[in-house]
Amino acid sequence: MSEPREVKMISVTIEGRNTVVPEGTNLIEAAKTVGVLIPHYCYHPGLPVAGVCRMCLVDVEKFPKLTPACATTVMDGQVVHVHTEKAREARKGVLEFLLINHPLDCPVCDQSGECELQDYTFQEGRATSRYEEPKRFNPVEDFGGDVMYVPNRCILCTRCVRFMDNVAEEPVLNVSERGDRAFIGKADGHDLTHAWAGNVVDLCPVGALLSKDFLNKARAWELDRSASVCTGCSQGCNVTVETRDNTVVRLKPRSNTDVNHYYLCEEGRLNYRWINRRDRLDQPLVRVSGALREVDWEAALDAAAAALAGREVTVLASPNASNEALFLAERIFAKHGGRGVFRVTLGGEAPLPGVPDLSLRAERAANGTGARVLGYEDLAEPSQPLSVGADAAVLVLDDLLEGDIPAAVQQLITAGARLVHVGTTLPEAIAERVDVALPITNHTEEEGTFTNLRGRVQRFLQARSGPGLARPSWYVLGDLTQRLGVTNGFYTSAAVFTVLAETHEPYRDLSYARLALRGLPVVDAESRGLTAQPVHA
Amino acid sequence: MGFPHPSHERETPVLSRYFGDPDARSLRGWRERGGYAALERALGMDPAEIQTVVKDSGLRGRGGAGFPTGIKWSFMKPDGKQHYLCCNADESEPGTFKDREIMRWTPHALVEGVAIGAHAIYADTAYIYIRGEYAEPIRIMQEAVAEAYAAGILGANAMGSGKRVDIHVHRGAGAYICGEETALMNSLEGRRGNPRIKPPFPAVSGLFGKPTTINNVETLAAIPHILQQGASWYQTLGRETNPRSRGTKLFSVCGNIARPGNYEVAMGFPFGDFLNELCGGALPGREIKAVIPGGSSVPILTRAEAEGAFMDYEGMVDAGTMLGSGGVIVFDDRQDMVRQIARLTRFYAHESCAQCSQCREGTAWTTRILDRIAAGQGNARDFDTLLSIADNMTGKTICVLSDSCATPVVSGLKKFRAEFEAKLGPDHSRGVVPVLLTSNRTVAA
Amino acid sequence: MTYGPSSGQLVRPPEHHYDEPHVPVFTGARREELDTILSRYPTKMAALLPALWMVQDMHGWVSEQAVEEVAQVLELTPAYVKGVLSFYTMYHQHPVGKHFVQVCTTTPCNVCGAEDVVQAFLEHTGCGELGLTSADGRFTVIEVECLGACGFATPVMINNECIESVTPERVARIVAEHE
Repeated sequence: MSEPREVKMISVTIEGRNTVVPEGTNLIEAAKTVGVLIPHYCYHPGLPVAGVCRMCLVDVEKFPKLTPACATTVMDGQVVHVHTEKAREARKGVLEFLLINHPLDCPVCDQSGECELQDYTFQEGRATSRYEEPKRFNPVEDFGGDVMYVPNRCILCTRCVRFMDNVAEEPVLNVSERGDRAFIGKADGHDLTHAWAGNVVDLCPVGALLSKDFLNKARAWELDRSASVCTGCSQGCNVTVETRDNTVVRLKPRSNTDVNHYYLCEEGRLNYRWINRRDRLDQPLVRVSGALREVDWEAALDAAAAALAGREVTVLASPNASNEALFLAERIFAKHGGRGVFRVTLGGEAPLPGVPDLSLRAERAANGTGARVLGYEDLAEPSQPLSVGADAAVLVLDDLLEGDIPAAVQQLITAGARLVHVGTTLPEAIAERVDVALPITNHTEEEGTFTNLRGRVQRFLQARSGPGLARPSWYVLGDLTQRLGVTNGFYTSAAVFTVLAETHEPYRDLSYARLALRGLPVVDAESRGLTAQPVHA
Repeated sequence: MGFPHPSHERETPVLSRYFGDPDARSLRGWRERGGYAALERALGMDPAEIQTVVKDSGLRGRGGAGFPTGIKWSFMKPDGKQHYLCCNADESEPGTFKDREIMRWTPHALVEGVAIGAHAIYADTAYIYIRGEYAEPIRIMQEAVAEAYAAGILGANAMGSGKRVDIHVHRGAGAYICGEETALMNSLEGRRGNPRIKPPFPAVSGLFGKPTTINNVETLAAIPHILQQGASWYQTLGRETNPRSRGTKLFSVCGNIARPGNYEVAMGFPFGDFLNELCGGALPGREIKAVIPGGSSVPILTRAEAEGAFMDYEGMVDAGTMLGSGGVIVFDDRQDMVRQIARLTRFYAHESCAQCSQCREGTAWTTRILDRIAAGQGNARDFDTLLSIADNMTGKTICVLSDSCATPVVSGLKKFRAEFEAKLGPDHSRGVVPVLLTSNRTVAA
Repeated sequence: MTYGPSSGQLVRPPEHHYDEPHVPVFTGARREELDTILSRYPTKMAALLPALWMVQDMHGWVSEQAVEEVAQVLELTPAYVKGVLSFYTMYHQHPVGKHFVQVCTTTPCNVCGAEDVVQAFLEHTGCGELGLTSADGRFTVIEVECLGACGFATPVMINNECIESVTPERVARIVAEHE
């Protein structure tokens, strides 16, 4: 890695507000630092500057003409005016040009409500159109993958083309033809099937590129949004979970330049339907006289504590469980003897070439690293056989056990171990054997943290309410561990994390407040083998 | 000379001296006419020395912008980097066809000028980018370059100087905008001919990201003459009262004129004499109504304005227009100015590269309004809208194609407003307009 | 997809050309020619325009398969090649008549009566409409923007040949000369 060079700081005044930014910063970014949004379409911080929409024209003192803010870097002492008459007229002109061929179909456009053309037109465009000629019309095209192209709405900002060229490094999109006949094109037989291609939909400032998955599903203003972390793999991309009527309808990348920049892969983006599954465990169950009975929480927790107390507990945890849940379950086997194990699905990797250390990772779970840090072992590589005996117990923490039970755990169950299930569902595979089943919420229904493969601890927030009597995993395990005498019980997940940080060196000094919404790496991530490979710029 | 007409005595044929003389095309013929002596001398000179001579001559870019050539060259320093020279032979400004004749009749003059230019800017490689429609000039230039290579004039040891000079002819494929220097570089690199944002300027990062100089054909073709006859000789050509425009300039004359063709005159020639004496004035029984003096992108002059103008950079600015590329388009009293201005804007709408919003949408919109007015469907609001669009299209885009489209609209509306008004439809109220081009029913807007 | 341009003309093709199997362009002598061209530039991409010219010289137009071939030879993607191809109006993205007639109708020629020349060509070639190919496959006629021979109004390009000072009266003869 090259030595960080001394960066020269430049002082500029934008809309009367002074700011000091590193040399080479463009005016749009400099303006952001003082809370000024310079309207723009083609500029995007993750893409090379194109300077084509001409929307970001600003008035810079001593410049004879208006200058595009995206393509102008700060100079010492520069004085920039964003809202002069001249600049506003120019932007009004651009908006009018962009709208002459643009259909007035906002009522049926998915982008409506989160459309920059709408926003800026409302903000500073003309109230009426002077355009009296026929509008240009082009047919809608399926770009393959999850992407649909509506050329009539396209403003040719070329963000999508630049993303595929410079970030995905698979130039399958182009600008075809020229003049006002131009459109975004692609070659026959070469679809937008790149593993990260869906980002063009997010990048599109208007409703020209749409997600087929989200098509006509909801209006933007009906959505509730929560900060979260993608559970598709161990990369830990920051996402926004968007729900309508308590149903997750879309995942969008949430920008974090330390992790995923502005992007999210197709696998993470489109794999959300399981979150809404309706066959959830929503009632605490206890086996009474051979049959599972619905009971209240107190009875269920007492039964679970009784099943585990005094036994050597093997915890089979999901690598998608939060650090908080994993920590509380760990308390049980750490204090009473036993083991924590997990298993994780593996898949192919799909890097995004234009962003360092960003990839769809082989490990298809959010918190495998968190589990390892807390002493859980990957069942694919167990160090010693699990104990078998009449005094053994198994605590399943939301391992979905779909289709199979790990052989070692099966062995335990067959040998007569007590079986407590803490999960979002009650897997058929163990429904006949389970002694107690405690319903918990999934990661969109509770708060918690994940630790990604580089040791970055990131929070996720609640986006929707859980089903029935299901409680957050940290809450259930908090009560259970209190009954087992290994914790004092908790009222918030933040409090769980505080104790986790106190007791586990890697999390030293971390707290929800410090993690905020962008996360922080664990202590000494480097020596734990968790840092990224050096990236040569 | 006024090719294809005999030379007029008031012309100053330097570049055009051998137009129409097929014998000057060959290397042998060119050498017999004193060709390549300048290159031989130049290769023995220090590049900085050549830059000084050209600077002293007062030669300015003949492609349209009129930037002093010597100063442009002096941006190129011996920094050890790969440099390129691009010869802009994408002559595509409507009304201009001078470079075509230079390449058709005196290809070796251009080869020589390009080779000197390359040496003068510390470049060993030059590309001549010729517009795709010029099939014949391309063939002739390719033959001339091949001849020059075969004779050792070009190549690793150009004229025995020990210096490498490579020249390659590159064919365009139909795009007006590739005459813009950064678009030309993109096109040469195998990209869409989109103009680039400046800075960086070509002298810093041009073709293939290397320092590059781009010169017009006529500019480079003048270089051998300046080297041979001296900067002071070149300085003698031009209007005494205007020291800033020196040398000769080729003017292409077309449209409704008795003798269309290329004429070479010293800078500052009276435009009235030029039109009426050299070019023979209007066609029999006709009157000249309007003149576009510098290619389609410059403001239109009325006949009176044109006849009082002087043909150099400053003279044309004084007349309210620009010298541009020297393409003179003459309109006589038969012409419908509304239709012709609409035809001009249609050209720009066709050629817009589609990058900047103002240009992509504005050129097409302007054309649609003008077409409607020309068809007798105009209304009084249209004039204000046209001027407002033109204003929004001016000075706000990456290159000046957008401005060039607005120019004839603004000057046309100013100078020929009566013609526009005469076209207005009987009903000036907002009528029923189709909303979609492909819709089979119309909806009241 | 096919888009109707708002200015300029769409070249509409006779359908039967599309089914013809693609004959590779860059083999043998043409591959060598391309290699010579490549040696003139520091990047492979720079040979794109020349390569497309070679395709068009051989096939008369640039098909999707030809785009694939060019992309492969120059290590580009087909979409990139198509983007460039469609920028330049001289490349045909559809098959055209054996003689591709381009009549300049930009202002300088327009004031000299170029539109009458276009009409004459449409009539004498039997094309009838701009952009259509005549029934015998001989001609396609389009209006073209400035050919850069304004002093010789009206210039007409038929394939690579530029015919100057064409008047409506000369058209019949010119059409007859192009078999």
